[in-house]
Amino acid sequence: MSALRLLLALATTLGLSASAMAADKPDPAADAKALQDYFVKKFPKVAFDDFVNGPYSMNADMRKQWEEKEQFPPYEFALDSGKEMFAKPFKNGKTYADCFANGGIGIRQNYPYFDDKEGKVITLELALNRCREANGEQPYSYVKDEMASLTAYMAYTSRGKRFDIKIPDDPRALEAFERGKEYFYTRRGQLNFSCASCHVQSPGERIRAEILAPALGILNAMPIYRSEWSGMGTISRRIVTCNSQTRAVPLEPQSDEYRNLEYYLSYVSNGLPVSGPGARP
Amino acid sequence: MRYISTPSVMKKIVFAMMVSAVCAGSARAASEADYLAAVAAAESANKEAGRLRNQWTVTQAAINAAKKAAESGNLDQALKSAQEAEALAKASIVQATSEKQRWKEMEIR
Repeated sequence: MSALRLLLALATTLGLSASAMAADKPDPAADAKALQDYFVKKFPKVAFDDFVNGPYSMNADMRKQWEEKEQFPPYEFALDSGKEMFAKPFKNGKTYADCFANGGIGIRQNYPYFDDKEGKVITLELALNRCREANGEQPYSYVKDEMASLTAYMAYTSRGKRFDIKIPDDPRALEAFERGKEYFYTRRGQLNFSCASCHVQSPGERIRAEILAPALGILNAMPIYRSEWSGMGTISRRIVTCNSQTRAVPLEPQSDEYRNLEYYLSYVSNGLPVSGPGARP
Repeated sequence: MRYISTPSVMKKIVFAMMVSAVCAGSARAASEADYLAAVAAAESANKEAGRLRNQWTVTQAAINAAKKAAESGNLDQALKSAQEAEALAKASIVQATSEKQRWKEMEIR
């Protein structure tokens, strides 16, 4: 009888541990569904695909102004120079097309991805600079100018394609996703704001003169021309600026934290179309 | 109707002013050693915040202000800014530490 009890106790313990382990294992698909459901419920009048238009999906007046601006979009110069740069051979005769699948055309929706050899997240900006370095060229600044132009062109060739970020069943990839989520929800800076404080709790609300964009689809329009910057900015620039605005010292662009954050934000926006390059106030 | 008599209020104000004047007079002016200790404490705390990847821009600004005041010979202001910087750095450490668990409260599930 006591042996039977012992067996029962052992089985129960094993069962509980297994279910606890299952509960602890990151579940990106469930996280993405929960976040998408949250936004759809919070903004029932916004069409799902329209979330990629950020503040314009939340405010009719801003949308009208934006639609008029789109007739002569402020990112057009960056797009033209990006196209030119993309085609121009490096000193060794190769081009960016040699570094990417499909010659780099129509692939924006697959970035960032998890590189199982390196065990880290690879963003498009990082891949572009690695391509340059592999071909004997100096890397570009991650925040604006050439990098913004190149990513603008690559986004443009991918417009309408739906984000399709993959998270392999690899503990390192799941960890990267989890760390990205943690960064997103962690409060920082003297103002004690997390990314979620603005982009989950308060999208559609004003913060000073700005209307906050929803987290869902927030990277689909990148890179962007911002009137506030009087120029183009990359995803790196957007994250660095957000950090500074909360009075946190920004991390270095393409740090592990930022790459993981981009992985998380992109994955939860799976299914939404690429709309970049974009324009924002 | 109840009112406070002006002479009584005046007496109290004069008394308070005298007390503050005496206290201010007896407050020791900051020495260079005070300032150096305070700025070292601020820089050490800010370094720890950096290790936690959670420095605040205002902390470095306060450290810079302290150094600038010290260079111009205003040690009282230098000490005040250095102490402010240390307080800010310590607050950023508390934030980084507490957020290790607290972020989960904000998560959409």
